[in-house]
Amino acid sequence: MKAEARLLIFLGVFIGIMGIVYGIWSKEWGGTAMLIGTGILGVFPGLYYRWWSKRIGYRPEDRDATMEEGAGRIDTFPGSSIWPFTLGMGCWFLVLSLVFGTWFAVVGIPVVMFALAGGTAESRRGGDPAGH
Amino acid sequence: MVDTLERTTAHEDDHGHGHEEHHGPGGLLNWLTTTDHKVIGMNYTVTSVVMLLIGGAFAMLIRAQLTVPDGAVVSLSKYNELFTMHGSVMIYLFAGPFAFGGLANYMVPIQIGAPDMAFPRLNAFSYWLYLTGSITMLLGFLTASGAANFGWVGYAPLSNAVNSPGAGADLWIGALILTGFSAIFTGVNLVATIFYLRAPGMTMFRMPIFTWNMLVTGILILLAFPVLTAGLVMLYADRHFGTHIYDANGGGSPVLWQHIFWFWGHPEVYILALPFFGMVTEIIPVFSRKPLFGYKGMVFATISIAALSTGVWAHHMFTTGVVLLPFFSFMTYLISIPTGMKFFNWIGSMWGGQVRYTAAMLFAIGFLLTFLIGGITGILLASPPLDFFTHDTYFVVAHFHSVVMALVLGAMAGIYYWYPKMTGRFLNERLGKLQFWMLFIGSMVFIMPGYVLGLQGMPRRMAVYIIDPTWQNLNIVSSIGGFMIGLSTLMFAVNVISTIKAPKTAGPNPWDAHTLEWFTTSPPPHHNFYSLPNIKSERPTWDYFHPDAPALIHDDHDPSHVPGGAKADAK
Repeated sequence: MKAEARLLIFLGVFIGIMGIVYGIWSKEWGGTAMLIGTGILGVFPGLYYRWWSKRIGYRPEDRDATMEEGAGRIDTFPGSSIWPFTLGMGCWFLVLSLVFGTWFAVVGIPVVMFALAGGTAESRRGGDPAGH
Repeated sequence: MVDTLERTTAHEDDHGHGHEEHHGPGGLLNWLTTTDHKVIGMNYTVTSVVMLLIGGAFAMLIRAQLTVPDGAVVSLSKYNELFTMHGSVMIYLFAGPFAFGGLANYMVPIQIGAPDMAFPRLNAFSYWLYLTGSITMLLGFLTASGAANFGWVGYAPLSNAVNSPGAGADLWIGALILTGFSAIFTGVNLVATIFYLRAPGMTMFRMPIFTWNMLVTGILILLAFPVLTAGLVMLYADRHFGTHIYDANGGGSPVLWQHIFWFWGHPEVYILALPFFGMVTEIIPVFSRKPLFGYKGMVFATISIAALSTGVWAHHMFTTGVVLLPFFSFMTYLISIPTGMKFFNWIGSMWGGQVRYTAAMLFAIGFLLTFLIGGITGILLASPPLDFFTHDTYFVVAHFHSVVMALVLGAMAGIYYWYPKMTGRFLNERLGKLQFWMLFIGSMVFIMPGYVLGLQGMPRRMAVYIIDPTWQNLNIVSSIGGFMIGLSTLMFAVNVISTIKAPKTAGPNPWDAHTLEWFTTSPPPHHNFYSLPNIKSERPTWDYFHPDAPALIHDDHDPSHVPGGAKADAK
């Protein structure tokens, strides 16, 4: 976890400093805002990872480890699901409604809501670690 | 002792199947409901190659139009649509999705020993957004007012509702919002997968360079694409809701669009390039039968390219007259240092090796040469005096086509290298080499006249040009090169189609390669691995098959890192 945290913090700090230099030098606020925002985008998750790395120490994938040390359940992966496709079609209709008229949204919004509900219900069933 | 271990991968899916006997639905329903990163990766690869063919067909029409000064192959307005859609399809729908959606989706989990991407359903969702986004963009041709016609950069005020009315422009905006979210979700997925799903022993500094590059690409996607999507939403608001964000008459700023666009656009260049750097970095050491020269240097070069790439955007905007020239010029020069380091390491990896000139290796070397030309002319353009002189001429077109033709060569290298892994079949090597020479020579013939034309002042995005024999001859040469590239693409299509029914003879590790994807079967089983070797270096597969070779040392704190460590371990 440590290397991951360092990577993000380095990128964030570097871009943040660049943003400050750029802001002072150019006095152009659009670019300055984007650079400093990007810096925060690196530092914020970086510090979160750093906090975790202090709590959990070295995971098997952070050190020299044999496969036995990582044995056991990795995670629950959904096998197949219709909801990503449904949600994708709903979003497509929403975007088309921006171009061709609101009636596309009349189809799109219910499909999106249906897909979100279906996907969430599926996660609750499939993601239960006590199941199976 | 065999250090292959069954890693108990108790990742049961919704239906309670183990990973060895996966019985998903078949046929079309399987395609619609899959969450397997390999199927999604293949979907992405095939869709993006189709987009390459469509974008390439537009390019053929453009080159046909320019063979004569007053060409009449297409009308003037159709020409505007063609160059806009050629750029848009190639950048938004081919190069990025091919790399981070296609090959990365397929290879990254396998390279780090993971059973799937971290968020399989999000992964499937991002494919559907990409597919629908692609269809949405191309739908523009079916509307009465035609497709978007303001260039792939969509500059304000040309892209506003007065100058570009019609559904084509809105479809373009909608398509970019869809594909933008698709890219963001893929970025999230890549970063989370690489941070959380590595196999035991696969430390960050043992990851294959391709995976490293995809991690950095994922981070770049996360910082760049939201800016573009926000910019597009504001553009849509300007067009339809009466806002004046990019409208100087209402107190807005057209240059703000350029700032936002290029704040996405320049990291995007590296989002496009880094995956191909990664592919080439996988291929060159394997076919030189050497470990990679300068592994850590390669990683740090990638990270510093990412860090610097956010601070160079306004070198696309020098001629607006309102940007800080020295800052952007200097930052752009700086970025050539890590890129140069990469070239040094690639050459160092080949140096003294037993180079096998397979089709994949030829494409990788072609990538180096072509990208070098693109990179060096990029450094020329980073100089404001030169940029003022050549801005919006064919010099710029030739520069970035050197870069993107290098990416096409890199994409072909990746396909020829990983095709046996993805399908279990080899592509025809002889036809592949023929395709390489056709594509490489075609690229050079196509690009070089552009530099001369640009220096002589031929503007880009023009359907007609002044009647001048020199200009026409150069344009004809360039078109011949373009058609050679088209021919090479047909050769590729023939190669794929002719091997589609071939027997699966590849076996797990046909190239005697280094990384984990070559440890599993070709194509890999559902959830990727039956067993994994112990990971002692960045070359676990090589270490396993060559226990007598000396081990590579990178991590100083690692006790197994003594010469012969892998050998001792194997006994």
